[in-house]
Amino acid sequence: MTPAPFTLTFDGRRITALPGQSVAAALWAAGILAWRTTRHGGAPRGAFCGIGACYDCLATVNGRPNQRACLLPARPGDTVTTQEGTGHDR
Amino acid sequence: MTADLAVVGAGPAGLAAATTAAGLGLDVTLVDAGARAGGQIHRHAADDPPPRPVRRAARERRVTHLAAHHVWTVVPDGDTWLLHAVVGPDEAPATVRARAVLLATGAYERQLPFPGWTLPGVVGAGGAQAMLKSGGVLPGRRVVVAGSGPLLLAVATTLAAAGARVPALVEAADYRAYARHTGALLRNPAKLAQGALHGGALLRRTTRLLTRHAVTAAHGTTRVEAVTVTRLDARWRPVPGTGRRVPCDALAVGHGLVPQLELATALGCVTRRTPDGTPALDVDAEQRTCVPGVWAAGETCGVGGEELARTEGEIAAHSVAGSRPPRAAVRRRARLRGFADAMAAAHRPGPGWTDWLDGATEVCRCEEVTAAAIRASVTDLGARDARSVKLLTRAGMGWCQGRTCGPAVARLAGEEPAPDRRPLSCPVPLSQLAQPPGAER
Ligand code: FES
Repeated sequence: MTPAPFTLTFDGRRITALPGQSVAAALWAAGILAWRTTRHGGAPRGAFCGIGACYDCLATVNGRPNQRACLLPARPGDTVTTQEGTGHDR
Repeated sequence: MTADLAVVGAGPAGLAAATTAAGLGLDVTLVDAGARAGGQIHRHAADDPPPRPVRRAARERRVTHLAAHHVWTVVPDGDTWLLHAVVGPDEAPATVRARAVLLATGAYERQLPFPGWTLPGVVGAGGAQAMLKSGGVLPGRRVVVAGSGPLLLAVATTLAAAGARVPALVEAADYRAYARHTGALLRNPAKLAQGALHGGALLRRTTRLLTRHAVTAAHGTTRVEAVTVTRLDARWRPVPGTGRRVPCDALAVGHGLVPQLELATALGCVTRRTPDGTPALDVDAEQRTCVPGVWAAGETCGVGGEELARTEGEIAAHSVAGSRPPRAAVRRRARLRGFADAMAAAHRPGPGWTDWLDGATEVCRCEEVTAAAIRASVTDLGARDARSVKLLTRAGMGWCQGRTCGPAVARLAGEEPAPDRRPLSCPVPLSQLAQPPGAER
């Protein structure tokens, strides 16, 4: 049985996810490795530890900043946006 | 309701403990942060059939599995324990009450920083495997696997089987170090066979296996484009002039595992130092910690792999139930622990790895603290330990609370890594902190 793919958006671009994938997995599947910038250096970051320990994968999901994308299950219609710094400055 | 036993962590140790205890007549609550039971090792996609140990636990009527429950503190309340958890992405509060607690919280990956390790495309080796197992995704097409420890072989094999090209497997230790422990190795032929199998499958995919080498830099602007692989001396110092560039679009890196201890240390459980220099929980012959009513099993007690974790879980469950642990399990534990100690000694990071850091390398990824800043806090400001370094530089004070940089910062401060001391084991909404533990019924 192949699960039915669904779509979400990343910075306005439509990407496809499979049921059970985390937001980070859906982004990787779309070839996206970075979805956050650091507070001081503004450097790009994405998932590093992949298991919820490092907090490098923070993203703004449906308007909520600081969500660990590697733990958060992707849901149809999710709006994921690049998190700049703390996610509270814009 | 008060459970006879609350098991924290549904990996191999926790699952074995829960099913064994249930089989001995106890009512068990199995509390796990993951969406699906199984821990890192039995991680599986939502539509995959659950692995056998997970199915077994699910069949046990006396086991209540609470998924997506992240326990952040365990407190005594009269003669029972209260486990406070946050549930799911919405961080709703939940409390579990139990007469006994078994900590099977597992481990996370040890990372040694190097220039470029914050570039997108550099990912944890265990993390890459976890993302592949649960999400079916790869960070790139050409993935160099590097670091140290037996996990690397498994990671490289899994990635290759999923279609990645693994141009090089870079291991910092010298496999010949195993030769000093032939006794322990010969008593564990199954492990050896497993290793050979992994290695063989890789060779057929033309992966270069480089031992006593390390990735000492990752290159690229917005993502990894290549890594520098350098030969190491016996103390893990990079040998000048031996670096060569390997093109790739991702790097999966990790230097073994570190036991996850915050719940245990908050309870006052005593730790011991394992042969690879990390702290692990100190337990007695029946897996009891020094805190009465609290047992531990699996990687929390020292990294040793799935079979050892299961065995310890089984022994702990018998102890909790007041029955004598099976002799065969006790013997198996001794044999596997011997093997684990030999592996840990072989892969213990050599002190010379700090030579591959340059001043600008960010050691603390969260707070963006460089190696130069940490070194200055030691040489100019007189910091003698990781704690003072942290106060002077903010290294380890960010989101991850030093989970990622802790072992490296300790080494740069000139000491062995200390046991985790974090007030909370995960972020907790202030509203829940405001409520004194034990106030809920
Ligand atoms: S990748 Fe480390 S917390 Fe998500």
